Amino acid sequence: METVTITMKNAPALYLEADTISPDAFAGKNAAKIAELPVFEGNNPSTLGKYFEISGSAGATAADTKIVVKGDVKKVKYLGFKMTDGEMVIEGSADQYVGAWMKGGRILAKGDVAAFAATAMKGGELIIEGNAGNYLGAAYRGDWRGMSGGKILVKGNAGSDTGMYMLGGEIVINGDSEVHVMTHAEGGKVVIKGNAKSKLGGQMVDGTIIVFGSIDVMMPGYKPNGEVELEVDGTKAKFAHFIGDMGERHKKKKGVVVYGNLYKKI
Amino acid sequence: MSEYIIKNGHVFDPVQGIKGDKKDIAIKDGKIVDKVGSGAKVIDAKDKTVMAGAVEIHAHIAGPKVNLGRIYRPEDKLFSCTPTKGMERMGSGASIPTTFKTGYEYAKMGYTTAMEAAMPPLFSRHVHEEIRDTPIIDEGAFPVFGNNWFVLEYLKNQEIENTAAYIAWLLRVTKGYAVKVVNPGGTEAWGWGLNCLTVNDPVPYFDITPAEIVRGLMEANEYLGLPHSMHIHPNNLGNPGCYETTLDTMKLAEGIKTKNKFGREQVLHLTHTQFHSYGGTNWGDFESKAKEITDYVNKNKNITIDTGNVTLDETTTMTADGPFEHHLTGLNHLKWANCDVELETAAGVVPYIYSPSISVCAIQWAIGLEIPLMMKDPMRCYITTDHPNAGPFTRYPRVIKWLMSRKARETQINAFKHKDKVLSQTSLGSLDKEISLYELAQMTRAGPAKSLGLASMVGGLKPGMDADVAVYNFDPEKPVADPEEIEKAFSRCAAVFKSGVQVVSNGEIVSNGHKRTLWVNVKAKENAQVARDINEKFIKYYSMTQNNYEALGHHFVPNPYAIEVDATN
Repeated sequence: METVTITMKNAPALYLEADTISPDAFAGKNAAKIAELPVFEGNNPSTLGKYFEISGSAGATAADTKIVVKGDVKKVKYLGFKMTDGEMVIEGSADQYVGAWMKGGRILAKGDVAAFAATAMKGGELIIEGNAGNYLGAAYRGDWRGMSGGKILVKGNAGSDTGMYMLGGEIVINGDSEVHVMTHAEGGKVVIKGNAKSKLGGQMVDGTIIVFGSIDVMMPGYKPNGEVELEVDGTKAKFAHFIGDMGERHKKKKGVVVYGNLYKKI
Repeated sequence: MSEYIIKNGHVFDPVQGIKGDKKDIAIKDGKIVDKVGSGAKVIDAKDKTVMAGAVEIHAHIAGPKVNLGRIYRPEDKLFSCTPTKGMERMGSGASIPTTFKTGYEYAKMGYTTAMEAAMPPLFSRHVHEEIRDTPIIDEGAFPVFGNNWFVLEYLKNQEIENTAAYIAWLLRVTKGYAVKVVNPGGTEAWGWGLNCLTVNDPVPYFDITPAEIVRGLMEANEYLGLPHSMHIHPNNLGNPGCYETTLDTMKLAEGIKTKNKFGREQVLHLTHTQFHSYGGTNWGDFESKAKEITDYVNKNKNITIDTGNVTLDETTTMTADGPFEHHLTGLNHLKWANCDVELETAAGVVPYIYSPSISVCAIQWAIGLEIPLMMKDPMRCYITTDHPNAGPFTRYPRVIKWLMSRKARETQINAFKHKDKVLSQTSLGSLDKEISLYELAQMTRAGPAKSLGLASMVGGLKPGMDADVAVYNFDPEKPVADPEEIEKAFSRCAAVFKSGVQVVSNGEIVSNGHKRTLWVNVKAKENAQVARDINEKFIKYYSMTQNNYEALGHHFVPNPYAIEVDATN
């Protein structure tokens, strides 16, 4: 695997829409060619080389390409946009849409990521060592197709609206979660190891939420369904089981109605 | 104005019966002429196809429900933005493009006239503002009448004259073009939580049936002698077994004679016929009844139809058939918007994905192609996608490919997950017909122009007609090796002229032309009762005054073209 290192040298005055920073866009290019890739600074067309110092060459394919992003990229959006394979390491914190629409490969963000990370993610792996912003693994505004595959691990806390319209895949949050989790979801799983606030699984059709800590306010549309013992991420524990959202439509599988599941550790 | 001569192209013009002969087309002062001077600019059309500018008879491209779709579907714009480029302003939207993108896309495909198929009268100002902002193409808009309280009250008492006087007034104040009917009575019934699924279901409160509404509006339309006929989206759209309602609706036209000075021969235009040609009792035994429908239309010369081809895309459905959209959101569980328009109509909007892996969608696709292939007279069957309901209008080149190439149809049939269902529930697999370029010109130019009463103006290349001309990079003498060549050629014109101004060159916009708004100005007899009724409805029921109702003046209709109708005798 070949490594390309891009280091922020001239910070943009406006936000940088850098949907070309991905192993797919870099593949087969040397540093000079990568520097020519188009980006937008606000609404002004520009090139990557204006902002980043680029060293190394990409591999022949996305799978052979690793990108290391250094320096302050808190004003850079769309890192790893639509990536299908390969690797990306973001050494600091990044702005919105990290790993949005990604289909494969692996992104490691060592700092925080802002809102809309992994929007409509289909596959691959996203590890966030800091905190995640709002709408992690959610659908794009107006869309009904959120994260449908892959894995996200947040070592810190997550913002609100995690997994909105989620269809599949898994999100694990080691810290706490803000309000609204898996709203409108039709599949997938969100594990909150810390505490949750309120509106968990609102209008959820199908899917699973597991909370290890406290829940401030339960949704009224959830009904107790006994207790179960589950093994989650290697931890065995007893959980209170709830099903819902009772106010939403639900599919039938082999004649049995399938509800969304909410488990809270006892 | 400049003179042009389009030289050596293969001309297809049903108006003059020209079937691919090498001919020069001369343009002067916005019109087609016999000859031009030696100083005329030459456009080389050697080995290319030349036709009149195409005419769109039914699309939803302007107005409140189109805009509602734009507002509530940001995801439709997500990866479909086109930046500013030369003459072109930026645009966005795949199934519901912005007004500018709408004008550019039509022009690039060789379309120069388009009809907005459903204008809520109350929002005619909004419709005209969007039409104004859609560059290049001439546009008209059809106000909806099938659920209008005035119409329901007059026709309950068979008052054809009063209905006609009201139509004349409404066309004038809304700058409308034709009488559109959507789910007659059903949309009003929707206000009561009900629907009309047959032509005999009574409308609540008004106690009138869809059959009475449809027949009455056809009679009033001919009483006035309007350029277009009544244009109908019948009851029971999109349900298995709906073809019977469609046949019942068409039978209402039996015995009604056309009366107009525009050369129009039909009294009923049936729109998006594909959605109305379904057999079966549920989605499991869903099947095509295209044969039954086209057999009837083939036999009855006073009917024209358009197809409503499913293009297998993700799109946005929108119709003044409010109850249908509510039914649809129950089927696909996607977001639903509904809007009631006081006294007049209602509309709904729901996104829809015509997936090639769903058998119903594949059968719908096949029915849309069966209809034009089974129609004997291409002058009475026009290609539409009921944009954006069955697919975006930008897919016309793909529909043309499927119609012109059996090989292209077979490729698509073989790609379906439920290929066997398509073959068992429709007869598309056994249809050998490939439509010719001449038939294509009939279905997209001369035919719709005649049906709209515009035959003397557009849809042909006869000297004296508007100089709307499209030149395609398609050599009719060369065999088509790959059907994709057809789609490519009809996607981007080599040259397009609109009223004698070159608007497209090599697939790029080079001028915004002189866009006009077409509307029908009916001189009708004074009718004191209707004037009093209108006044009373505004005082008693409307939430606005009559002064704020009319679409008037430069702001709304900056470049009007009125088609005059004298109905005083």
